[in-house]
Amino acid sequence: MSFEIPDDLYYLESHEWARIDGDTARVGISDFAQDELGDVVFVELPDGGESLDQEAQFGVIESIKAVSDLYTPLSGTVSAVNEDLFDAPELVNEDPFGDGWLLELEGVDEDELDALLTPEAYEEQIA
Amino acid sequence: MALRKPPLWDVHAERDATFTEFGGWDMPVEFDSIRTEHEAVRETVGLFDVSHMGELEVRGPDAAALMQRLTTNDVSRLAPGEGQYSAITDSEGVILDDTIVYALPEARQPDTGEGFLFIPNAGHDGEMEARWVDHRDEWDLDCEVENRTAEYAMVALQGPDSEDLLADAAGEAVRDVAPFDFVEADIEGVPVLAARSGYTGEDGFELLCPWDDAEAVWSALPCQPCGLGARDTLRLEKGFLLSGQDFDAESNPRTPYEAGIDFVVALDTDFVGRDALADATDPDERFVGFELRERGIPRGGYDITDAEGTVIGTVTSGTMSPSLGEGIGLGYVPREFAAPGTDIGIVVRGQRKDARITDIPFL
Repeated sequence: MSFEIPDDLYYLESHEWARIDGDTARVGISDFAQDELGDVVFVELPDGGESLDQEAQFGVIESIKAVSDLYTPLSGTVSAVNEDLFDAPELVNEDPFGDGWLLELEGVDEDELDALLTPEAYEEQIA
Repeated sequence: MALRKPPLWDVHAERDATFTEFGGWDMPVEFDSIRTEHEAVRETVGLFDVSHMGELEVRGPDAAALMQRLTTNDVSRLAPGEGQYSAITDSEGVILDDTIVYALPEARQPDTGEGFLFIPNAGHDGEMEARWVDHRDEWDLDCEVENRTAEYAMVALQGPDSEDLLADAAGEAVRDVAPFDFVEADIEGVPVLAARSGYTGEDGFELLCPWDDAEAVWSALPCQPCGLGARDTLRLEKGFLLSGQDFDAESNPRTPYEAGIDFVVALDTDFVGRDALADATDPDERFVGFELRERGIPRGGYDITDAEGTVIGTVTSGTMSPSLGEGIGLGYVPREFAAPGTDIGIVVRGQRKDARITDIPFL
């Protein structure tokens, strides 16, 4: 099975992605991760304004069969969470890089990108 | 120890199923998605490979006597071609396994006596074979005990359309089979025992066939393939016990009265555990269902609390119900908390969530 791996994103080994836009970043989980989880039925996300350190646990995602912790690819302050997921967690399955995003961070530091996987490296990890 | 594989393992792998270990077997857990498979069974029909279930046959003049003394229900009520849900208990009345006992058709019985087939849970067949043989010898009964788990494949066709689909494949006679009864049928030239049973709460059939012919039977029943993931959400919505999870002789010993399956205990028969159970009909703890009243999902092992937060029990099974769209679960609580409507709490990753005891089945 092949999975979508957008080439404009950075990845954590634990399957979260980050899309950088200036000093903000949007965060979600990968296509591979949503497939591994199966039907996502619950997402627990932090409150806006919370400060997170890179690779800190920021929430929980649950499918019918499993519970997984979520880790942030980058440090930053939570500026938005995807509240649509509270009523429609299946968006993570349907559109993991689009409508199924999890949160947005502001004040991110591009120097931290060095610690993340490139799309090529992530593809190798899940191969 | 290497996992045992069902005869259809390669067929499932080809279909891109994901697998999980269950009772020592490598079984398909999901084909498409648990939700898709679950909905197929509730709304139309789905097909499960349940070849991990055990099959033991007991035949001979004293077969009925042995079955009567090792299972809690009354096998004398069974005519050939009928089945019953039952439990196997130790001398303390603790459930060792739950099972369905079938009285074999006369044609499958030896001239001199009676024959039964019963279905232990995955991984219990060896233990039950030893139990049956040891007690037969101890009581000097005349019957054969055969473990035929490696000879039988088993698939479960479940859902409101299962009768039509099976009638197409096996003939119209299957329409006349009453719940728990079974008939001998033929699918693509393969002899099958078709029992009107299953563990999803829907109308359906469990089909036993020779191990090597499993693919022919599976292929003759074109519908949504389903894995153990959907089987778990389906059985949980109906409040059915899962061996090893909702009871376990070692880690969570329970009597049939605690587990809420009083109807399988025939105290007017003589069986191992009977005397202990006669004194335990009103247990201190009861098996209950509950629904979460806040966002979240209860999981096995989470604490159950009273309304004030004092721990009163443990969740044995829990999930997000695909049919209800809310967290539901099963577990044991002191009887004073067991009435439907009682407010309780479930500790979800350290945080207490409001929940309420509810009637089971949940739907």
